[in-house]
Amino acid sequence: MAEDTTERRVVDREVHAGFIPLVDCAPLVIASELGFDRQFGFTFHLHREVSWANIRDKLDVGVLDCAHMLAPMPIAATLGLGRATEPVIAPMSLSLNGNAITVSRALYTEMCARDVAAMGGDGMAAARAVAAVVRSRAGSGQEPLTLGMVYPFSCHNYDLRYWLASAGVDPDNDVNLVVIPPPLLSESLKAGRVDGFCVGQPWNSVSVAEGRGVIVATKNELWPMSPEKVLGVREAWADANGELLADIVRALTFACRWLDVPANRVAAAAILSRREYVNVSEDILLRPLTGRLDSGLAERPIVDEDAVVFHRDGANFPWRSHAVWIITQMIRWGQAREPFDIMALAERVYRPDIYRAAVDALGVTVPESDFKDEGKVASTSLPQASFFGGDEFDPAHALGYLKGVPIRAVTADIEAFAEYNP
Amino acid sequence: MPKSNSDNPGELLKILVIDERPIRRAILEEGLREAGFKNVMSLDTAAALVQQIYTLDPDVVLIDLENPSRDVLEQMFQVSRAVRRPIAMFVDHSDKATIEAAIDAGVSAYIVDGLKKERVRPILDMTISRFRAFDRMRTELEEAKTALKDRKLVEKAKGILMKSRGLDEAAAYALLRKAAMAQGKRIADVAEGLITTFDLLKD
Repeated sequence: MAEDTTERRVVDREVHAGFIPLVDCAPLVIASELGFDRQFGFTFHLHREVSWANIRDKLDVGVLDCAHMLAPMPIAATLGLGRATEPVIAPMSLSLNGNAITVSRALYTEMCARDVAAMGGDGMAAARAVAAVVRSRAGSGQEPLTLGMVYPFSCHNYDLRYWLASAGVDPDNDVNLVVIPPPLLSESLKAGRVDGFCVGQPWNSVSVAEGRGVIVATKNELWPMSPEKVLGVREAWADANGELLADIVRALTFACRWLDVPANRVAAAAILSRREYVNVSEDILLRPLTGRLDSGLAERPIVDEDAVVFHRDGANFPWRSHAVWIITQMIRWGQAREPFDIMALAERVYRPDIYRAAVDALGVTVPESDFKDEGKVASTSLPQASFFGGDEFDPAHALGYLKGVPIRAVTADIEAFAEYNP
Repeated sequence: MPKSNSDNPGELLKILVIDERPIRRAILEEGLREAGFKNVMSLDTAAALVQQIYTLDPDVVLIDLENPSRDVLEQMFQVSRAVRRPIAMFVDHSDKATIEAAIDAGVSAYIVDGLKKERVRPILDMTISRFRAFDRMRTELEEAKTALKDRKLVEKAKGILMKSRGLDEAAAYALLRKAAMAQGKRIADVAEGLITTFDLLKD
């Protein structure tokens, strides 16, 4: 435990890493179990945590050296949102996609009744059916829907809000948006305390397996190859332990590459299912890991090879454009109110320079640019698909993009940011 | 009954303890009451936490770090129409020593916006010390259990040696000790090994 405030230099190369039991904690688990850490001359000690707040606080005080983090968390930490901590950086991405939106069987039935055409479409279209339910409930004086996610600074929160807003639902006023810990989600769905939620796997599949939920949208349907988890380390720790951090990035990149070999996913499920890791049955973990998801409807299985992506197509690259997009959502929903220079913050927190330097000699392909547009055809050499049902995002014009979004919090003050972001 | 808060301001503060361990919860509640905080409530379940907090309307929330519902409280940092008064984490960045002490003890504290930290400081200090006391108690209990188990193993192994080798009790114990020293193991571990072997060889 750190007793002083000066940054510890890890001499013994014993690295304490925190994770939350989710399918996408796999890179840390696999690096440790298969010895990618020892291959690069250090040893992981993994700490299973029960809340993102614990991850944030333990990383802050140095109980943890690094952690499996929600992509917005390093940005929130550095901005001091929620609780001010030491600045945190993201030297690599650990995974893309992995989330889904699940609704209760009752809400599913109601959605089909209100807009059967929308329910015949894709995950983005399903938002229109939810909107129809929201309007009908408001019109008849019924309780608004209660929808869950797992942390305010998460892509789950932003995905769910984006999805709702795309169909004209104001997430702050037309529904109750609540935080529910993942292990309680399925039970909450059954008890009717929540009508639906956006969460990472395996928790959507757990609800389906227990006969309580129907998956109506996967993250890959909303925004293919979208940011999800990153490696988080304190900025000062990274400065004091540059060589070690490079080895950690290398080991995790190898673990991610191993995880993206389809044949390895079965072995990964067996390891992750263990009590000290995710502690959920292999059968359920295999659904997101093999991309063969049970949606909860026999006639509508989901086949999604990109249900969770660990390495291919630049998945480990910490795109600064991802950081910019996350910041726009923090502004949009009134989380970040004090204006600042968006690009400068994205460049401080997301560190492709560290990633490039670390994997340079490993033969890993790394993009040349730190930024990419989203939703524009052929803007990069990477596979492109629709971005939230046809939106476009240009990281060089973040405020312009924000001005164009249909719904935002009343507290969102885009004009205030204009001065810092000419 | 609310009294004047000039002589005992703590008495009026509504404190909510969220902890799934009943013994630790009782230890903490007792400590807080002894220190003059009369308005202590507790929850052992995380179900419908926001609703419960809305109903109880506490000034201070204490929650154990093994509780996944911590993230539910984090949501209340945000302006939420489900909560009347936004809450904030008690410790901020300037108070690193307290954060470390609280994390080490396994507890976290939240206060409603606008509440003066000096009023809450003694509550957090009390919580940290009671959480530590609980940990010590648990460690001592574990040790006592281990000691009892060890003694039973050694007794049984001695019995086996006395019967099969025709030794008296002192000689049987000396033999066990000698084997333990030679193998660099604890006597209880040697005893356990002997018992296992004996059970395998029986019939």
